[in-house]
Amino acid sequence: MAVTLKTVVLDSEKCIGCITCMRRCPTEAIRIVNGKAKILYEKCINCGECVRSCKGGAKRPVYDSFDLVKSYPYKIALPSPSLFGQFNNLDDPNYVIEGLLALGFDDVFEVGLAAELVTDCTKKLMRKNTLERPVISSACPAIAELIFLRYHELKDHLLNLYAPAKIAAKLAKKQAIEQGVPADDIGIFFISPCPAKVYSLHREEVSNEKYISGVLSQSDVYFRLVEKMNKIKNPRKLLRCGYSGLGWGSSGGESNSLGLGNYIHCSGARNVQGILAEMSDGKLDGADFVELNMCPGGCVGGVLNVENPFIARNRMRQLAEKLKIPPATMEQFGLDESFFLWDKAPEPSTSFQLDTDRFAAMQKLMKVEEYLKKLPGIDCGACGAPTCRTHAEDVVKSGGVLDCVKLREVK
Amino acid sequence: MDCIRLEYDVDGENFASAGNASESVKRTLKQLGIPPASVRRVAIAMYEGEINMVIHAHGGKAVAEIYPDRIDITLKDTGPGIADIGLAMKAGWSTASENIRSLGFGAGMGLPNMKKYSDEMDIDSVVGVGTTVFLRIRF
Repeated sequence: MAVTLKTVVLDSEKCIGCITCMRRCPTEAIRIVNGKAKILYEKCINCGECVRSCKGGAKRPVYDSFDLVKSYPYKIALPSPSLFGQFNNLDDPNYVIEGLLALGFDDVFEVGLAAELVTDCTKKLMRKNTLERPVISSACPAIAELIFLRYHELKDHLLNLYAPAKIAAKLAKKQAIEQGVPADDIGIFFISPCPAKVYSLHREEVSNEKYISGVLSQSDVYFRLVEKMNKIKNPRKLLRCGYSGLGWGSSGGESNSLGLGNYIHCSGARNVQGILAEMSDGKLDGADFVELNMCPGGCVGGVLNVENPFIARNRMRQLAEKLKIPPATMEQFGLDESFFLWDKAPEPSTSFQLDTDRFAAMQKLMKVEEYLKKLPGIDCGACGAPTCRTHAEDVVKSGGVLDCVKLREVK
Repeated sequence: MDCIRLEYDVDGENFASAGNASESVKRTLKQLGIPPASVRRVAIAMYEGEINMVIHAHGGKAVAEIYPDRIDITLKDTGPGIADIGLAMKAGWSTASENIRSLGFGAGMGLPNMKKYSDEMDIDSVVGVGTTVFLRIRF
C-alpha cells in the first residue's frame, strides 16, 4: 500500500504564489514562501479547502492509483453514498453496483450500509446515556482533526466510533474470509469523495490492523465507471442500503437517521467553526447531537466529486426516496458495539500552542502582542502569512524578524 | 513573571459581535496550552459576562489578565447598575425585556453561571453609575 501522510501536495510550476488558498485555509496552515504556497502539515486537517480554492489547479489531492486494484486477486469496492449522486439521469442505484462489478471488482460493500449500522450503534450508545451531550459526529475526519487541533475542550463530545468507510472495510473483509477467500488475496478499496478520508483511512491503517488496501478518488473512478454503466441493461437488485444510508452523503443525513428531535447539522468550514465556538461557550448544552461536515453540503461537497454538491444532493434524495429497504441493524450482522468502537482515542495535537511549556508560551505570547502593536493589522498577506497575528506568531516561534511591507513604507 | 493583559471594547449595539472578547481569550488560552477544562470554564463565564454587558448596559470594557496559574477578568460598564445583587444572583431572576428573551437570552442564568464556573467572583455596582464584575479562574 502506498502509505502517505500528505493528502495535498503542491505542483510548484502551477503555483503563482497568489494568496487565495492561504486566506481560505481554515486552520491557517498555509504560508507563501519564496513565491510558492507551502502547507504546514502539522496544522493541516486535510479538508481540501485549498484544492477547492486554487484557481490554477496547483493544489493536488493525493490518492492511490487505480492500477493498484489489479494487484489483488479478490477486489472489493467500497462506494460512498455521495458516489450515487454523481450521475445524470440515474434512476436506479443498482447501475452503480453493476458498473463497479463490470470494472473488475469481485464484490461491492456499500459504505451506506455500514453507515446504517453506525447509526444503529450510535442510537444504542445514546440510549445508554454514557456519552457527553451534545454528541459530535465523528464521521467527517476533517472535523475530528479540527477538534484535536483546536478544540480540545470538546474532544470528549466526539462520538468514539469508526466512520462508516472503516466499518465497511472491516465487514467486507470479514465476509470475504467467511466465503473462503484467503486473507492475503483480498484488496479493499474505498472510493473517496475527499482527501480527509484518504488521509484518515491510511493513517488508521498504519497503526491498526490492515483493512483498507487503497483509497481511490471518486472523480478518478467516475469516468471509468460511466463507461461501464452505459453498457448495462436491466441491473440486478444488488443494492443493500436504503434511504437512511444513502442520506449520509449529504449534511443532515446522519442526524436525520438517528430520529432525534434536538440536533444541529451544519456544513462548510466557516459555519462549523462558528458552531464549535458556540459549543465551547456552553450555548448548545440542550442539544443531543451535532453533525458537522467540513465540506459545503456534506460529503457531496468533497473536492474529489464530479458534480455540484447541491445537484448531487437533489439526485440522491430522489434515488433514496424510492428505496424500500429498511435500515440495517447490528443484530442482522451479528455485531456488538466493540466492532464499532475506536481501539484508542486519537491524541490531541499541540501544534496550535506557541510552546508546550506554559511559561515559555507566555513569554512568546507577550512578544506576539508586542509585535502586533507594530504591525498594521490589515491582514494583507504580503508577508506570506494569512494575518498579522500569524506573522507575529511565526516570527516569535522561528526567532526571525518582522517582514512587513507597511513597516518598510514607514521607514 | 508579568501578566499578559488583553483589553476589549464590548459593543453594546451588536448581538452578533457579542462573544468576540471571550472568543479571543479562548484562543489565547489554547495557544498557551491551558487545560481544556479550564478553557471551557473561562469561555462560559466570560461569555455570560460579555452578553450581560450587551443586554443590560450598552456594552463596556473587558480586561483579561493571564498569569501562569490563573486568569483575572474585569468587566466594567456604565449601565443602569444592579439594584439588588442578591436577587440578581438567584437562578432564573432576570430584568431582561421580552425582546431580549425572544432572542434566547435573559433566562436569569448569567450571574449564577459566572459564579458557578469561576473560583472567585466580585460584583461592584451602583445604580445609575455602572457595574464592575471581577472573575478569577484558576487553571
